[in-house]
Amino acid sequence: MVASPVNSSTDSDLRIVGFLCNWCSYAGADMAGTSRESYPANIRLIRVPCSGRVDPMLIVKCFEMGADGVLVAGCHPGDCHYGEGNFHTRRRLALLRPFLDFLGIEQERLRLEWVSATEGKLFSRVVADFEQELKKLAPRGVAA
Amino acid sequence: MSRIGVFICHCGRNIAEPVDIPAVMEATRAIPGVVYVDENQFTCSLPGQDSVRRAIVEQRLDRVVIGACSPRMHEETFRKALASAGLNPYLLEIANIREHCAWVHGNDRPAATAKAIELVRMAVAKAARNQALFPKEIGVTKRALVIGGGIAGIQAALDIADAGHEVVLVEREPSIGGRMAQLDKTFPTLDCSACILTPKMVEASQHPLITLRTCAQVEAVRGFVGNFEVDIKQGARKVDQEKCTSCGICWQKCPEKVPSEFEMGQGKRSAIYIPFAQAVPAIPVIDTEHCRYIRYLKFNEDKEEGKAPPQCRICEKLCPPQAIDWEEEDSLITEKFGALVVATGYKPFDPTVYEEFGYGHYPDVITGLELERLMSASGPTDGQVLRPSDGTPPKTVVFVSCIGSRDETKGHSYCSQTCCMYMAKHAILLQEHDPEVQSYIFYIDIRATGKGYEEFSRRAQEEAGAQYLRGRIAKVYPKDGKLVVQGEDSLIGRPVEITADLVVLAAAMEPNTGAAEMAQRLSISYDSDHFFVQAHPKLRPVETQTDGVFLAGSCIFPSDIPQSVAQGSAAASKAAALLNRDHLVTNPMTALVDPLKCTGCLQCVAVCPFNAVETQLSREQRTLAVINEGTCKGCGLCVSACRPGAIDLRGTTNQQLLAEVMALW
Repeated sequence: MVASPVNSSTDSDLRIVGFLCNWCSYAGADMAGTSRESYPANIRLIRVPCSGRVDPMLIVKCFEMGADGVLVAGCHPGDCHYGEGNFHTRRRLALLRPFLDFLGIEQERLRLEWVSATEGKLFSRVVADFEQELKKLAPRGVAA
Repeated sequence: MSRIGVFICHCGRNIAEPVDIPAVMEATRAIPGVVYVDENQFTCSLPGQDSVRRAIVEQRLDRVVIGACSPRMHEETFRKALASAGLNPYLLEIANIREHCAWVHGNDRPAATAKAIELVRMAVAKAARNQALFPKEIGVTKRALVIGGGIAGIQAALDIADAGHEVVLVEREPSIGGRMAQLDKTFPTLDCSACILTPKMVEASQHPLITLRTCAQVEAVRGFVGNFEVDIKQGARKVDQEKCTSCGICWQKCPEKVPSEFEMGQGKRSAIYIPFAQAVPAIPVIDTEHCRYIRYLKFNEDKEEGKAPPQCRICEKLCPPQAIDWEEEDSLITEKFGALVVATGYKPFDPTVYEEFGYGHYPDVITGLELERLMSASGPTDGQVLRPSDGTPPKTVVFVSCIGSRDETKGHSYCSQTCCMYMAKHAILLQEHDPEVQSYIFYIDIRATGKGYEEFSRRAQEEAGAQYLRGRIAKVYPKDGKLVVQGEDSLIGRPVEITADLVVLAAAMEPNTGAAEMAQRLSISYDSDHFFVQAHPKLRPVETQTDGVFLAGSCIFPSDIPQSVAQGSAAASKAAALLNRDHLVTNPMTALVDPLKCTGCLQCVAVCPFNAVETQLSREQRTLAVINEGTCKGCGLCVSACRPGAIDLRGTTNQQLLAEVMALW
């Protein structure tokens, strides 16, 4: 069941879910906080041990619930705490994208980014930029 | 229904100001399963932790949610608080309402409050599905590996060994000593660098608990804290260490001369060599790239065209104890360690990118480290400072600071910390060598923040007569055998032109070659400049995010000698504290296979980076995946790869993640 794009939501109602790996991107988001790099408040961050832990079906579930965007962020390629987790993420999400088309969800609503533990500024830029991109798309409704 | 207690932290005003705490508490009370909500000024403080403990007992809580700072900050603190109240420590969840909310949405109180409420709701939803987890105990290999034999690594090795643990010190060069061995004198005391370093080098080589491995490199690191398994590539010296008496005949008689790396290319060394006179160990090494006999062997092997190099073998013929061993090859050694100290140091920035300064084109434009070698009594000029171009003593010397530092366009944004001081040192030493020398120092700011540094910098100006000119230089060009330096004195706002005999560039310090690859091998983070990232920049300055891996010296950030030594000792004390323990507890957040759902497809085996998935036959002879909890690191790659959904990850289960997502709607 996919929510129908009812035009009831405004910009501030955008719902973005972020899955951040514990070692790089979650720490990068912490760094954004420590250095007060503000970013849009409509993202909710979920900590996972590795971006490779994010099950594609969980991303689909977010969209099913009405999420406007899903961000998956991990360590830069080659820097994965577990060696190769983010390579799996990259391939898995590449396979998921065409499936989103099939569900009627724009591929731009799913983003994969690499943010290291020191890149607080980059993290806030990524979120702000993603929000801007999502605002250009037709708003998604909230699931019944 | 669970009995969840929620504690909202004010963090002084850090959270309480941008977030409406009473509103968060009220919204939290309405969440099903929440039976108790409290607030604290500082939940991490002792009274704060006591209030959590008291509530667990009095309210019979079975789950705890704390809305405070990042779990990366205080998760351990609060887990201990739960444990001391008799609750399993893994029944804790933290809602990150400081770093991920209050600090980034401070200008929008309603939005920050709404977000804090949702973050708490997500944490409560996850906590309701938390299960008690039980760590296991594992042993500790009571040996340490120190990577890098500069002053920081030597200090770390000595301190760990003095604490009673075996140490292996790996250095890729033929001798330990690092950059400090190249320096002439050290600021601000003007101690002779070699005189204070060599006793430490000898002490390290003679310590009964320290094994030196020079010409060696770390190839791969497996395992985890307390139980690392490291592959070390031991490079071949082609000289038998047992037989060699360091008599020196081989390197004196070797006919092949090549630029010496130790002398920064300014002097020559032979193809069989020790890098410097006080090298430890003083065993020569054959440079296989330049040795005539090895080139001859290679020539024949590759059947190259042209004239064969001579079959020299002079060293072999002249070596009294017959120590030359042409057969020796590189070998791979695998050893176990409980702790790793990384002290891989720095290399100087290459100033050729500043084409306008002519480094590499004009021989009399040199770097600070090159000047060190010219000043050193054991250097290529026996301590006489002479111009590389014509061998005359320079009378006018211009120093230029911040070459590659504080310059994002061509170099790095950071300050290299040591240059201001070594320029002052050079000015003082040049004056001591030859009272007629006039030094000019172009600087941006003078950063002299260490003990005795400001006084030392003054001494350069007042006693050595160094002229400090605030400003950058624009260009260096040759004229009549001299160098004309065009710059600007920004204090008087006028261009200045100095005709100099020698120009010395204070090149930045950058992480050593291969730093990023080393970080990847060790699973530690590095920043955009390739310096290694500390676990916490203030409170855990020599630890990394990977337990059991410690840092020291300029691989963290440009450091001077006292700092490197202090960090070496600090890393050693951390490593020794770890090695003193008999047992460590494992992370219980590992993967778990449901044998009823497992189809034996073994996708999990294919994705597991740690070979932690083993196979087993069920009673019905079906192949099943089984996780080895000792080697599983809890990344969860197998969970998302599992087609039938038979694998789950303790601590981040599918149900927990789903609950967090569902709590948003």
